[in-house]
Amino acid sequence: MASGEEDGAVEEKETNNKKKRTKSAIAIAWLTVYNIAMTAGWLVLAVAMIRFYLQKGTHRGLYRSIARTLKFFQTFALLEVGHCAIGIVRTSVIVTGVQVCSRIFMVWFIASSIRQVQNQESVILFLVVWTVTEITRYSFYTFNLLNHLPYFIKWARYNMFIVMYPLGVIGELMTIYAALPYVRRSGMYSLRLPNTYNVSFDYYYFLIIVMLSYIPRKKFTPIVHHKTTLFAVSKIISEINVHMCKLYIYIL
Amino acid sequence: MKHYEVEILDAKTKDKLCFLDKVEPNATIGEIKSMFHRSHPQWYPARQSIRLDPKGKSLKDEDVLQHLPVGTTATFYFRDLGAQISWVTVFLTEYAGPLLIYLMFYFRVPFIYAPKYDFTTSKHWVVHLACMCHSFHYVKRLLETLFVHRFSHGTMPLRNIFKNCTYYWGFAAWMAYYINHPLYTPPIYGEQQVKMALIIFLFCQIGNFSIHIALRNLRPPGSKTRKIPYPTKNPFTWIFLLVSCPNYTYELGSWLGFTLMTQCLPVAFFTLVGFIQMTVWAKGKHRSYLKEFRDYPPLRSPILPFIL
Repeated sequence: MASGEEDGAVEEKETNNKKKRTKSAIAIAWLTVYNIAMTAGWLVLAVAMIRFYLQKGTHRGLYRSIARTLKFFQTFALLEVGHCAIGIVRTSVIVTGVQVCSRIFMVWFIASSIRQVQNQESVILFLVVWTVTEITRYSFYTFNLLNHLPYFIKWARYNMFIVMYPLGVIGELMTIYAALPYVRRSGMYSLRLPNTYNVSFDYYYFLIIVMLSYIPRKKFTPIVHHKTTLFAVSKIISEINVHMCKLYIYIL
Repeated sequence: MKHYEVEILDAKTKDKLCFLDKVEPNATIGEIKSMFHRSHPQWYPARQSIRLDPKGKSLKDEDVLQHLPVGTTATFYFRDLGAQISWVTVFLTEYAGPLLIYLMFYFRVPFIYAPKYDFTTSKHWVVHLACMCHSFHYVKRLLETLFVHRFSHGTMPLRNIFKNCTYYWGFAAWMAYYINHPLYTPPIYGEQQVKMALIIFLFCQIGNFSIHIALRNLRPPGSKTRKIPYPTKNPFTWIFLLVSCPNYTYELGSWLGFTLMTQCLPVAFFTLVGFIQMTVWAKGKHRSYLKEFRDYPPLRSPILPFIL
């Protein structure tokens, strides 16, 4: 009786393993398609931005021209939260959720809804940063899934963020800051007293809190537990060190 | 009488931290913790986790040495639980806050609302009622902490007090701000709504108190025994037939009553968050009841009869 139960359990385990392996094949196929599509999408955005600038010679109106495509691809990234939730991508749902939400917030609730900031240089700054980062990221995932990762993509993924992240933060923060006077004046997305449900919301102060919450979070997220990343960072720091020592000796 | 030898190793580094010889076979883990504390004064017994296996479950203070699966030289693993604070201290702090904070908003202490409203009172009688209910609720909780509850664990990690106080004090301030605001709008259905809400609130307060008393009576003073709670002569405890943790059910009911009474969205939000947390706790408690007692009544749900 006991051995019969055990056999049943072993059989079950084998079918489960088979299920896991077949599930992985479908998952890998889907993820490959998804990542190729996203790489393509952000490439389209990059090309559209470059074309606009070459044709018009100015960044004014650039955001408006790419707004719909940007909204589409950035919102589509919500699927990544789903990928983590069902386990086909090994990342925390919360981390991915926070990152995607902050992007969607920037696109829908700042840039697209506050027309007056759309021609700010800071918008172009974060758009460029996002485009470069996303193209690198999605092509990295694609090549990884295809088990053929060119060195320069790997290098780009682990090294470009050192420059891209601070620039992105600056771009986003400056854009939100620029939006503040318009938000205050228009009272948009805000609810004042008195009202039936005795609640209020001030978008202006909310944005200030958002700006404050940016700084500590963004500092640590990219420094993921990757030896390569830490190695790259420490290499740069030691390089700087060497140069400073040389400079010091030279001055002496 | 055979004496035991006890060695205590660090669970992570496996360093030998302490060696005790001539330990009585009927010594409890609690006593061993006291002995360990003597050689390492910074680790008072409440912050010691003693286990048989570095990754295993903590042993209980009541476990007796000779009844454990160890030889005459017993090896235990130690993990530091971090600075601890007593449950009573945490509860008193986290409940005193909302009581005082709400009153500050009720009396319209300066710097909260516009200066012309300082120290004025609201013209709506529901606001006065809400203050009485809110204050009554937290006074009840404070008194229960001091005189009713019998805690299984003496302590919890110190960082919990910051987390818990932020939650209670923060929400209390947020709710109190709107209810006591000069521009507060009383409930749409007026007196009817408030009276209904008050009945629900009081009913659930009495219910919650009855459950606390019933749970207290399950456990003799100073003990940590666990028994299945059953309905008593008090009708408010008859809900035990359907629910494992009726104290949470009644608590939810009280806050629903308060939400209805004040018609304030932040209160509704507080009720929702509290409900989610209590459901998690109720499910955990229900699961441990089922694990511990073979004859646990099958009809019971964790928090909401038949639903959750």
